[in-house]
Amino acid sequence: MTLPSRLPGGGAPASAGERGSSLADILERVLDKGVVIAGDIRIDLLDIELLTVKLRLIVASVDKAKEMGIDWWETDPALSSAARRDELSDENEQLRHRVAELEGRSDER
Amino acid sequence: MNAELRYAYAVAPPGLPPLPEGLRGVAGTVPRALEHAGLTAVVGTVPADDFAEQPLRAHLEDLDWLAETARAHQAVVDALTEVTTPLPLRLATVHHDDDSVRRSLEADREELAGTLDRLAGRVEWGVKVYAETDRAQRRAAPAASPSAAGAAPEGGARSPADAAPGSGRAYLRRRMRAVSDRESALDEAENTGRTLHAALAAYAEDVRLHPPQDPRLSGASGQNLLNAAYLVPREGAGRFVERAEQLGAHDPVVRVEVTGPWAPYSFVAPASGRGRHAGGAAAEASS
Repeated sequence: MTLPSRLPGGGAPASAGERGSSLADILERVLDKGVVIAGDIRIDLLDIELLTVKLRLIVASVDKAKEMGIDWWETDPALSSAARRDELSDENEQLRHRVAELEGRSDER
Repeated sequence: MNAELRYAYAVAPPGLPPLPEGLRGVAGTVPRALEHAGLTAVVGTVPADDFAEQPLRAHLEDLDWLAETARAHQAVVDALTEVTTPLPLRLATVHHDDDSVRRSLEADREELAGTLDRLAGRVEWGVKVYAETDRAQRRAAPAASPSAAGAAPEGGARSPADAAPGSGRAYLRRRMRAVSDRESALDEAENTGRTLHAALAAYAEDVRLHPPQDPRLSGASGQNLLNAAYLVPREGAGRFVERAEQLGAHDPVVRVEVTGPWAPYSFVAPASGRGRHAGGAAAEASS
């Protein structure tokens, strides 16, 4: 199947075969999706340290990730307005400190 | 012990057309069809030195090896997707020999055949929506007049200290404005993302929402708000991609990335909690 290659974002490639899909997209699928049939060589991918440490954030399915205690997207400001409020008030707090500090410094002069 | 093992890429319906000449899979070897029990397994012969349990485990800890192997696996699945609807197997499904692969097919025959039937003629499209909050800030930056701030925290008082560019208050105000620009850009992007998801879901037979990708791995710019997979009939692909492009194009703080067509990776498992996933974005949109 050929599709017109006019995807948004300029360099985004257009079709499965020729597109250099991002490694993240590929890993997300080949590691976490797909059919599991019983092979003879049994490796639980979640036992692989590289994957658990570096990649599981992205390859873990929502529910599985929650099981493993990874629910960063719930506290990620991009994804939860509650978390964003927290970030805002943190930032405001820091700014207040900074202003107090700056104004204190100019008083001394 | 056998010095060679079988790496299985996918299961497909029987009667697989010939694969493209020159197609190479994992370990640089040629994939071939192994028909059994009314199914086709697509397998390659791989060296035990690399794919027996111990070496395989060690290799999987090596990001370069993992990346190369994942791409080779995907190349074969892609080639299959051009000619049929394959069920991709999880990376590193390894058997001792062809007979063992046949036994696996037999053991899961009914489920595999059922899933093949369910997905026949469909492909998966991935759509990611990013909020480009940097762009929003750049857009807002030139509008430095006081009225552009919109929401000045403590309205009214405009003492000379406020106006002095180097003062703490001016700094605070600038920072507050930057934060609120970013905030509203995110809100805007979220809304666009929800609208887009609802519209695309209407074109799709099924939908899966995946966790947003972490930029530390994807290297993508902006914040990934939506990372969704849509199951679409093969012939509806053009329209789907066109619609996805249109929906994202009008909003400068949003970047839409479409990938595919993929083999229906995200849909091989029967929908669990589909209502929650598919309805989630739309329900949230009204809140």
